[in-house]
Amino acid sequence: MREQNNFMAGIKDGFPICLGYLSVAFAFGITAVNSGLDIWQAVLISMLNVTSAGQLAGVPIIVGGGTLLELGATQLIINLRYALMSVSLSQKFGKSVRLVDKFLVSFVNTDEVFAVSSSKGMDVGRKYMYGITLTPFIGWTLGTLLGAVAGNILPAIVISALGIAIYAMFVAIVTPVARKERPVLLCSLFAIALSCVFNFIPFLSKHISSGFIIIICTIVASVVFALVAPLPPEQEKEVDIDG
Amino acid sequence: MVEAGPFLLYLLVMAGVTYLVRMVPMVLIKKKIKNTFVRSFLYYVPYAVLSVMTIPAIFFSTSYLISAICGFLVALVLSYFNRSLLVVAASACGTVLVVELLIKLIV
Repeated sequence: MREQNNFMAGIKDGFPICLGYLSVAFAFGITAVNSGLDIWQAVLISMLNVTSAGQLAGVPIIVGGGTLLELGATQLIINLRYALMSVSLSQKFGKSVRLVDKFLVSFVNTDEVFAVSSSKGMDVGRKYMYGITLTPFIGWTLGTLLGAVAGNILPAIVISALGIAIYAMFVAIVTPVARKERPVLLCSLFAIALSCVFNFIPFLSKHISSGFIIIICTIVASVVFALVAPLPPEQEKEVDIDG
Repeated sequence: MVEAGPFLLYLLVMAGVTYLVRMVPMVLIKKKIKNTFVRSFLYYVPYAVLSVMTIPAIFFSTSYLISAICGFLVALVLSYFNRSLLVVAASACGTVLVVELLIKLIV
């Protein structure tokens, strides 16, 4: 299989993610400082976690003096989807990706980095992965710093408008594929239906945390579609010399 | 204010868990998966997870439901016509801003 392994191509693909992150991280910076964290603390959280949902959930626990167990368990649940994405992305890696690259790249395997690199029509190589993780990382860090420093200056209406940025990016990742691939469209709609059931039925939304809702709906929708609309078997061009 | 000492301990746990969740599966799985069910499952995961995370959360991501709906529709239409992530995100934000300005003017 062909392999995309150009650093600049990765930088370029990461650029829109970077700009999206600037706004989302900006919002996180504001929240973190308003919650009582110092600027350096907000920035450090962003640099070492690089995850929007997990960080948003973590700040109140840290500020409120929650237990380490509570913090760790919350992160585990909310971020469990990354385990699925890491498995999935590992299948897209070309031959150039070494073990040490996986240790580094997995650090910035975010929803968007994953979605963009796994939507490439070919394998991805190590240089490409470094490019596509570097720009979003910079955007995430810089956005947090700017939000933490300057957040209080911005009018509320601008902050409200920035709030939709990350979700609009998600829409932009799913829609073009759903337009071309009917099973992806149906899987997406099914996942949305499940998500609405879990979020809008009070009994469910009260007892199941948002992280768990994401995990349950994702697994159910993906399993159902893997069963009813499986991928065609992979064409093996190489002669199998192991057997 | 959170003291530096306890903060760093929190940070260590938070970042450690997040990193392990991402790193371990990527490092442990070395071979290409051949199983059709597993491959198909992993193929659908990103679209399912992003769909679940977006809806209904997008409708509560701004100050007003109506501005979020408008932003969502703009994002949907633009991405249907293959506009880039950046254009879609910026247009959605712009739409929310305009709608909320109009709400402020009218109400």
